[in-house]
Amino acid sequence: MDVFSSLMDGFATALTPMNFLYAVIGVVLGTAVGVLPGLGPAMTVALLLPVTYALEPTSAFIMFAGIYYGGMYGGSTTSILLNTPGESSSVVTAIEGNKMAKAGRAAQALATAAIGSFVAGTIGTALLAVCAPIVVKFAVSLGAPSYMAIMVLALLAVTAVLGSSRLRGFASLGLGLAIGLVGMDAVTGQRRLTFGQPLLADGLDIVVVAVAIFAVGEALWVAAHLRRTPMQIIPVGQPWMGKEDWKRSWKPWLRGTALGFPFGALPAGGAEIPTFLSYITEKRLTKHPEEFGKGAIEGVAGPEAANNAAAAGTLTPMLALGLPTNATAAVMLAAFTSYGIQPGPQLFATEGPLVWALIASLFIGNFLLLIINLPLAPVWAKLLQLPRPYLYAGILFFATLGAYSVNLQAFDLAILLVVGALGFMMRRFGLPVLPLVLGVILGPRLEKQLRQTLQLSAGDPAGLWSEPIAVVIYIIVAVILIWPLLYKLWRRNRPAAAPVSVPVAAPVAAVTRNDGGHATNVPSANVPDRNGPPESKEQP
Amino acid sequence: MTIVVGYVPTPEGEAALTQAITEARKASTTLLVINSSKGDAPVDTRYAQEPEMQGIEGRLAAQGIDHVIKQPVRGHDAAAEVLDAAEEHKADLIVIGLRRRTPVGKLIMGSTSQRILLEADCPVLAVKASMAG
Repeated sequence: MDVFSSLMDGFATALTPMNFLYAVIGVVLGTAVGVLPGLGPAMTVALLLPVTYALEPTSAFIMFAGIYYGGMYGGSTTSILLNTPGESSSVVTAIEGNKMAKAGRAAQALATAAIGSFVAGTIGTALLAVCAPIVVKFAVSLGAPSYMAIMVLALLAVTAVLGSSRLRGFASLGLGLAIGLVGMDAVTGQRRLTFGQPLLADGLDIVVVAVAIFAVGEALWVAAHLRRTPMQIIPVGQPWMGKEDWKRSWKPWLRGTALGFPFGALPAGGAEIPTFLSYITEKRLTKHPEEFGKGAIEGVAGPEAANNAAAAGTLTPMLALGLPTNATAAVMLAAFTSYGIQPGPQLFATEGPLVWALIASLFIGNFLLLIINLPLAPVWAKLLQLPRPYLYAGILFFATLGAYSVNLQAFDLAILLVVGALGFMMRRFGLPVLPLVLGVILGPRLEKQLRQTLQLSAGDPAGLWSEPIAVVIYIIVAVILIWPLLYKLWRRNRPAAAPVSVPVAAPVAAVTRNDGGHATNVPSANVPDRNGPPESKEQP
Repeated sequence: MTIVVGYVPTPEGEAALTQAITEARKASTTLLVINSSKGDAPVDTRYAQEPEMQGIEGRLAAQGIDHVIKQPVRGHDAAAEVLDAAEEHKADLIVIGLRRRTPVGKLIMGSTSQRILLEADCPVLAVKASMAG
């Protein structure tokens, strides 16, 4: 079956009244959590996961897809009107977007963000539909060694490239891998890290871990920092754009899309890097350089397009390889597993209708988001007046309900609290949560591939690099790992060379850590004196 | 000897402030302006921002009124902040803005003004927006 007819079948599934309803629920929820700083699509999907067990997997995934895209739209509203990114991927949007809003052009900023997101999301989803089957064709030829190498690359890249501090990233990854080890060894049946507790023999449920890290950890963190001076929100009417705005926006939209999709699709993807790159590109190419730093529409259009295209790109390795590169994709992957669906290259073959319905629902969701965001942005902004205690009480309620309903074991609640406390401590000490979540999800699968490889090669470690693709990937991994060293040497040899200039004296009073799940960016948001360039995002 | 005024950036708050300025000049006492927020939501429209407060400061200084401006964010509600300040500064008078409401509306909505009226230890002057000169 070719791509087009599969996609049309997908639309047929996604447009049934029930599924359409779930798409609507998804985009509304997604926009809401996107608008609210501190809540993100990853947390929301994790919270809803246990609640959706009774649903058809297709309906659940249509809703999750809506939440995922919705978060991207909602984040830009907060960035523009409040100068605090609702999402880590909209940090850059805040730079120009908030300046525009302060200059009385909030309506245009919101419009270019929403329409740009729509354009980029649609093109990105189309690219996803085209690319994913190609990647699958390539991926099915991969053996265990190559597959393992790709997973190693994804884990290390997310940890080492995106993070502000490699040490913290690896600490987090180590915690994740350790949590992933808990339970019965699949090959020998030995118990690992169970401390004699029979309830741990099956391992920690990934849903409980995700809910604990994202929801409980965040709620505890917010509770510890409950009172903050309220910020000013810029009042805005109906978003709209003039002719000049359109003329200045469409090229940045397309360029942002072109940057965003490939970066999202890479194993070290994420939306942060392409949004920065898009901002820099637009700044260089603009015909109105004098407006940059004072509210240039290009600086909103480009990055917003880039982050939505990256969101679509991220789904390519997620669906085609079973390889998540941001927090939401990781939780969605966990969702596949909990529905008994095996993620990986065979997904398109075994669950074709579901995957295509999911992709079709992304198109639908994008369209819905444009409709609910363009006229209603001021209404969404009202959500920011919601007192946090109500919000987080609700989240904790759902988290507890969800964690209990996974296995109907009171023991899971204990795990929820312990891991939630861990999530709080990680936020306290600036550890990114994404490597942990990826470690928990990918760790066991990585181990499976490792054991398989070693069994095939009769315990000879040379089997790990017996495939050429694996060798190439390990070389890339090595380069990533020693890159800081190389960079230092290069700098020493050319002391005159100016440091990589990041021409954004970001007025964004927010520091983002590397996780797409953004759940962590709140603690550091609102810190008014943190005005460094966004790349020097070191946590205290 | 002080007059305490609970200020919010609304017509009612504005009316209260105007009235309080008049009272403070009449009695030539210190005017204490309180604008507070619980600080539990990212955005609170009843919390005045920097430029606005500077404007008020300028206005008071121009009229030669001895004044103190406070913007506490401590998780207490506005009524508690005003009552606290009144007690602390042994206020002679509290000035507050009142919204027009029907008895039923009053029943449904809780009220900061009501609490101040009921709990204050000194006279309370309640002003409505339309009464502002």
